[in-house]
Amino acid sequence: MMGRLFPWVLGAMIVLFLAMPQLFAPLLRPFASNPDQVIYDRASLMALTSAHLLLVAMGIVPAALLAIVMAAFVSRPGGADFLPLSRVIVNIGQTVPPVAVLALTVPMLGFGTWPTVCALFLYGLLPIFENALAGFSTLPQSVVTSARAMGMTSAQIFWRVELPLAAPLVLDGLRLALVIALSTATIGSTVAARSLGEVIIAGLTVNNQAYLLQGGVLTAALALVLHAALQGLTNRMRRKTGRPLA
Amino acid sequence: MIEIKGLSKIYNGERVVDHADMQLETGTITVIVGTSGSGKSTLLRMINRLIDADEGTVLIDGQDTRDMGLDALRRRIGYVIQDHGLFPHWTVARNVATVPKLLGWSAPDIKARVREMLETFQLDPDRYGPRFPHELSGGQAQRVGVARALAARPDMLLMDEPFGALDPVIRAQAQDELRTVQKQFGATVLMVTHDMAEALSLGDKIAVMNAGKIVQIGPPEEIVTRPANPFVRSLIAATDRPFRRLALIGLEDHIVSGTAQGPAIAPDASLADALSQMIWSGRDALPVVDAQTAPDAPAHKIITLRDVLRLGQAQ
Repeated sequence: MMGRLFPWVLGAMIVLFLAMPQLFAPLLRPFASNPDQVIYDRASLMALTSAHLLLVAMGIVPAALLAIVMAAFVSRPGGADFLPLSRVIVNIGQTVPPVAVLALTVPMLGFGTWPTVCALFLYGLLPIFENALAGFSTLPQSVVTSARAMGMTSAQIFWRVELPLAAPLVLDGLRLALVIALSTATIGSTVAARSLGEVIIAGLTVNNQAYLLQGGVLTAALALVLHAALQGLTNRMRRKTGRPLA
Repeated sequence: MIEIKGLSKIYNGERVVDHADMQLETGTITVIVGTSGSGKSTLLRMINRLIDADEGTVLIDGQDTRDMGLDALRRRIGYVIQDHGLFPHWTVARNVATVPKLLGWSAPDIKARVREMLETFQLDPDRYGPRFPHELSGGQAQRVGVARALAARPDMLLMDEPFGALDPVIRAQAQDELRTVQKQFGATVLMVTHDMAEALSLGDKIAVMNAGKIVQIGPPEEIVTRPANPFVRSLIAATDRPFRRLALIGLEDHIVSGTAQGPAIAPDASLADALSQMIWSGRDALPVVDAQTAPDAPAHKIITLRDVLRLGQAQ
């Protein structure tokens, strides 16, 4: 009961905090270096949170599309030859740390949003690809054969059978990538991307622990809520199809 | 009628199926029996072109299957496999509706047909229709698999070891049910099995396959009494042959007049049933009474042990 309620309570707290941050000022005041600087006010926390989420979406949505299409392609007989190449691509994305990606891309893309989007995109490929690949390559063969034998076209088999059956594992990968991206997006603020990292960096530069807590806890809470929501969705899918929890 | 002419499949220079010829009369059950690796499943899958034949043709009512669209052909042929292959993310009702939906039937037609199919297979549509496959027992899932295959009134039904995963009791029930449903729908069935007993009890015609070749094809009676070669003979275990033969003969045609004591046997039973009752109750004759039409009729008709022994003799 506690476990199921927790994400809702946390979600409500986030909304309340973003709408009326001053309500939480008494809680944070003991950590502030300066009693006049308790709640970060150089930009609205609501706007920063939205920008943060937008940044994550801009990186992860294209990463998910590319990784899922690649996984679906290499898991069928005609695409198997491209598996090694796909692995190389996603592994490069994972091997180069996001900070290094920022350093390498700023000269080309300039300061601001795009280097961070680039880093999140590359960092998100691997977990989504590997999970989707596991989903597409462990489909029950008797089910796929039945679909062919009943006269479904290849497209019908993909959309009606393969994708829905692979979906729980695809979503597992997406959840992992999203949670990683939510926390990684904070470092984007070192190259002037608008994100909750801005609050954390401000806290570090003026040595204000209240700012650090706001930025850090808010980011973590967002990650937890997103994680729980996607987990709930995949669990429901798995219960429906009777596939065991992976 | 379905005609299979000179059908072959070659993998790495080896003929997995070698010039198979076969004719399936509309409304009959043909069973292909063979050991694993005999090519029987490959032959079956060449009919709905899950596997493409290297040589030979399949004609459905005179039309070459290669001239039909692949998807159109498959929608005309029902297909049932051992572990049923139901779509785990769809309800029972939606599974059964698969091919009618692909064929673009109207929603009310599909709904009515799904109800009809589930009722045919003794599954209450209101109770089982909304369930998911993982909520069914093995036997129920297999029935849904057959219902799904028959839903769009296919020209023929292909069954690849359909009852292989069921326990003996459920399996016998499923076989009985298949026979009933097949008669009711007048379906043309081609089944593959490694179990000769299943073939003998279900098939109107039996084809025995070995190493890619059809070594004998004929009615069950002929397979039992005149096996074409030692391989076919080996499939019908020697000691069982008389009983298998007797199981294929109804006692109705061999009733004589006379009197006999003890419980009666029904006229639609087989000679094997009669023999086993005689052995079990230590009698050499049984009264024959149709318990349904004349429960109290005096028993003047009997079946005798002597006749059973004579009829079971090797020719």
